[in-house]
Amino acid sequence: MSLSYLVDPLKYIVDLPSAIINHASESLGSYASLVSENASLRDEQLVRQTQLLKLDALEKENVRLRALLENSFKLGEQVLIAELLSINTAPYEHILVVNKGTNFGVHEQQPVLDANGVVGQVFRALPLTSEIMLITDPNHAIPVQINRNGLLTIAVGSGQLNQLNLPFLPSNADIRPGDLLITSGLGGTFPQGYPVAVVDEFTSQPNKPFANITATPKSLLDRNRELMIVWSHSSPVPLISKPNAAAEPMTSPSPVPTPAPANE
Amino acid sequence: MNKSLWLCRVTLTIIVAMCLRIAPWSHTLELYNPDWVLLVLMYWSAALPERIGIFSAWTYGILTDVLTGQLFGQHALAYSLVIYACLKLHKRLRQYTLLQQVLFVFFGLLLAQLIFFFIKNLQHLAQFNSDFWLPVMTGTVCWPLIYIVLRSIRIPNNVK
Repeated sequence: MSLSYLVDPLKYIVDLPSAIINHASESLGSYASLVSENASLRDEQLVRQTQLLKLDALEKENVRLRALLENSFKLGEQVLIAELLSINTAPYEHILVVNKGTNFGVHEQQPVLDANGVVGQVFRALPLTSEIMLITDPNHAIPVQINRNGLLTIAVGSGQLNQLNLPFLPSNADIRPGDLLITSGLGGTFPQGYPVAVVDEFTSQPNKPFANITATPKSLLDRNRELMIVWSHSSPVPLISKPNAAAEPMTSPSPVPTPAPANE
Repeated sequence: MNKSLWLCRVTLTIIVAMCLRIAPWSHTLELYNPDWVLLVLMYWSAALPERIGIFSAWTYGILTDVLTGQLFGQHALAYSLVIYACLKLHKRLRQYTLLQQVLFVFFGLLLAQLIFFFIKNLQHLAQFNSDFWLPVMTGTVCWPLIYIVLRSIRIPNNVK
């Protein structure tokens, strides 16, 4: 919307004081604390790197196995790091404003993550900024899956920053406190397999059909300054079956696929 | 006051009001954040009724909609209606004492908030809680401050 070119600069003006304070505290940080932070980050990177090595091999294997099952496998995602603008557009709504917009190719309904899990989705993309609806907004719902047993359900925002509700599970559902909820990939907005929340309370209500389940989001919804906007490739890896195989399905055994390059 | 001068002053004060509108208050304070843009518009429409009319109110309302990401046009509607009342009553408003003005501003802000509530209700988003009406109270309390500040901007060398 072109009108937003008129008012979006205001958002940057309002963000300026806190940006200056942040910058100052970064540049005035003492040498010792920076060194220790650097060391801890190095250690962390080493650990992650080794995990990634394993992940790479696992991903390749997964592509191969899924191809054998004639299933599609989505490639890795591309991310853009966006910084939060500390402004506040409307009370009662859990909406953040970040400094990347359609000029960077951001579009509506893109998933937004941080280092710990899912944050929300792009709600409105303007040229210079975009608004992100958090998963805890009362109007937001995200399809999730319990990591332990694959049970599918929907997590609905509660309006509080530290709570999600799972209103659609029966009282005898196999779920217990401490279960990790990950995105199920249903609905198409969020890519599959990212952590969303941890179940922290499960109470069955004897006189009602559904249990009362609450979960705590994994991502630090109110303590983040950098968020990742994700492009998940919408075109899956081509199926191994040839185009003419569609006419006569399940007749010839599929040849071994050439695993598509699983880049990051 | 010549044309470019008043336009510059009105625009600048409204820009400041818009910045205050989206300023990052803490979670408790943000419930009290009044509708600064409407307050500033009310002052200017009473002070310069031949310059700031319904059309300006509508324009700034549209800009506020874009700024805050609300339903497109809801601020435009509310601001036009309140400014219409201000224009109708501006002669009376100038005779009022500050206390009477405060009462008038209270009803103006209440009208705007009622329109927002009505629109939220149409979208099935309305929750009837008392916090929703807090900005009306803080806006009313802030009016004397706004009146004094904007008056000193409108008449810089006010020698009494």
